[in-house]
Amino acid sequence: MLKDITLGQYFPGDTPVHRLDPRTKLILTVVYIAALFMVKTWGGYALVIAALAAVTFIAHIRPRALLKGLKPLIFIIVFTAVLNLFFTAGDDILFQWRFIRITHTGLERAVSMVLRVMLLVSGTFMLTYTTSPLAITDGLERLLSPLNKLHVPVYELSLMMCIALRFIPTLIEETDRIMSAQKARGADLETGSLPERAKALLPLLIPLFISAFRRADELALAMECRCYNGGQGRTRMKQLHMGWQDAAAFGLGALLVAGILLLRRLGI
Amino acid sequence: MDPIIRIKNLTYTYPDAPGPALDGVDLDVAPGTFVAVLGSNGSGKSTLAKHLNAILLPQAGKVLVDGMDTIDEGSLLPIRRKVGMVFQNPDNQIVANVVEDDVAFAPENLGVEPREIRRRVDEALRQVGMYDFRLHAPHLLSGGQKQRVAIAGVLAMGPEVLVLDEPTAMLDPRGRREVVGTVERLCREKGITVLLITHHMDEAVRADRVLIMDKGHIVMDGTPAEVFARADELRALSLTVPDTTALIEKLNAAGMALPLSALTPEACAAAIKEALS
Repeated sequence: MLKDITLGQYFPGDTPVHRLDPRTKLILTVVYIAALFMVKTWGGYALVIAALAAVTFIAHIRPRALLKGLKPLIFIIVFTAVLNLFFTAGDDILFQWRFIRITHTGLERAVSMVLRVMLLVSGTFMLTYTTSPLAITDGLERLLSPLNKLHVPVYELSLMMCIALRFIPTLIEETDRIMSAQKARGADLETGSLPERAKALLPLLIPLFISAFRRADELALAMECRCYNGGQGRTRMKQLHMGWQDAAAFGLGALLVAGILLLRRLGI
Repeated sequence: MDPIIRIKNLTYTYPDAPGPALDGVDLDVAPGTFVAVLGSNGSGKSTLAKHLNAILLPQAGKVLVDGMDTIDEGSLLPIRRKVGMVFQNPDNQIVANVVEDDVAFAPENLGVEPREIRRRVDEALRQVGMYDFRLHAPHLLSGGQKQRVAIAGVLAMGPEVLVLDEPTAMLDPRGRREVVGTVERLCREKGITVLLITHHMDEAVRADRVLIMDKGHIVMDGTPAEVFARADELRALSLTVPDTTALIEKLNAAGMALPLSALTPEACAAAIKEALS
């Protein structure tokens, strides 16, 4: 049951989008988010949707995967829509029944807010769908490396993230094992009221935590034995290279921003 | 030849322990030797191992690695680079989620040039026969494979000594064969000094030298043939003897006169055949 959990939502592939330098994708994601907030016109939304569709197509991501990513956000999306639809003040009333009143501005705002949230989320999902968690960590580390000068332990943070990612499957396996062991001793993890079930989790969590600490201890020892002594003076085997594809991606990103600004100026 | 490891009168007591874990241990290890260390639980094997790359520092006595004193803080990194250490649980030694990235961890720590790291990683993975798995995720490998990745991770430092603390304790027979075979090959072909701590007598049979530890002392020290010939003393220390030794003892008790030095199954079979014909 625990084996089914997929983490990081990465779809491995070998498309031009997958091959981009993770730094490029990280920067472009930030640019994309900023651009989304500059959109004020329907034409702008159409442009962003077209861009997102193009990237989805090039990266061989099934549109269904994008929609699946939106599923957990359905509550927020509905909430945003309802709030904007019914509680926007305005004179251009479209529909009125007792205290319910929908204005033209409200309708427009609801649609644009929902679009914005959906585009925001699916755009950032595009990053995690096409970039392995390791590559994202690596990219982040290098992008943030100037912060090292401000004594932010960037390397240590990224190593922490790597180790966490590395141990997730190991700990899931371990949880499975402890669950079986406790069930064999007669533990009932699946029935009972919510507080009862929460209480039944204790015999699961305590051994899990103890073993995690023991693992951490052993890992620290093994790392020391392999000459780990902090991020200083460390080199990396894999160097990131920005190529012409990355330049092209930045160019397209700039075009998108320019297009949005142009449409906004023209009021389309 | 000068010993690569020289231990003089080493004594160590863990905090809050009733007695010393190591009590006046003396040991010289010549370069390129395959040494097996045996002993029941709590005999001081692991404590000895942890002194060899300065994880623990001697409370009395001296540990010299290639002439460098482990107590000298300036030689900490050179000593750790020279003495690679592999532990029991392979899951808890692997840092990265891709095999080759994990093997690169040690040379990255040492600040080696990226291209040189690549070369060392490939070489280390080839030496343990895991090159084809270099892009795999470690948690999908078998126990024996994981342990071989852990050995590669240490080999990438270019060590002269390999200390393995019960590396096969959590493995199935096949994994054990893979790991011990790899270690033996590294010793014979690359001249790496090996200290293998183990509970399995059949692994110790393949060593050049066997040390038996008990209550913080080295109580026996010799070739496998010399040590396992003293089967009764070993049993008194609650250790077993290799299956071959046990068989020869039984046959001898039944009236045959076989040498106790026939330790490998092949040598044992040959000795029995000769006695019968």
